[in-house]
Amino acid sequence: MLDYIISKYNFWIYVVLMMIGLYAMIGKKNLIKKLIGMNIFQSAMILFYVSIGVKAGATVPILSGHGHGHVHEVIEVAKYLNPLPHVLMLTAIVVSIATTGVALATLILIYRRYNTLEEDEILKIRKDTGV
Amino acid sequence: MIWQLDLILCLFVLICAIAAINVKDLLAAVIILGAYSFFMCLLWTEMGAVDVAFTEASVGAGVGTVLFIAAVSKTKRRSKD
Repeated sequence: MLDYIISKYNFWIYVVLMMIGLYAMIGKKNLIKKLIGMNIFQSAMILFYVSIGVKAGATVPILSGHGHGHVHEVIEVAKYLNPLPHVLMLTAIVVSIATTGVALATLILIYRRYNTLEEDEILKIRKDTGV
Repeated sequence: MIWQLDLILCLFVLICAIAAINVKDLLAAVIILGAYSFFMCLLWTEMGAVDVAFTEASVGAGVGTVLFIAAVSKTKRRSKD
């Protein structure tokens, strides 16, 4: 059992990273801290998906020696990494930076209205003024 | 993929994540998040995902840090937790 846990150490580290992000999103009061937690959560997820595409003894998925006059040569799939998770996670990185930008713009609007970024103070102001 | 290098980079990423959510100064937290993104990018280069790595280095660590610093300079720098 212990041997099994140690041999899969990277997956445990990804899970711990994800839980750090989840804790920051739920437990922290500051809104920018919550956003930092969301970033950590997203990149831990992307790290997990990229690590699925790794094969032992394989190289980066760029074909060499094919093209000019080598058209009929057989491509060995086991020699190259799986490029499908890479391409999907490329989209995920761009989506994550877009959500971060929109969230930061919303944060600036919240700060202009309530003059604070702490969640409990904002809720208290909303309860006191009734809006 | 060298497992010693993989383990060291994973531990660095973990330390950066814990530091980023525990620092009280928000500007310091954002800079530590940028360091986290760069360690993540090294980890992906080491795994052979070169395209993901350079996208993360330019978009995640570059543009993301700039957006965060702009937002922190527009709002308050101190946080209570």
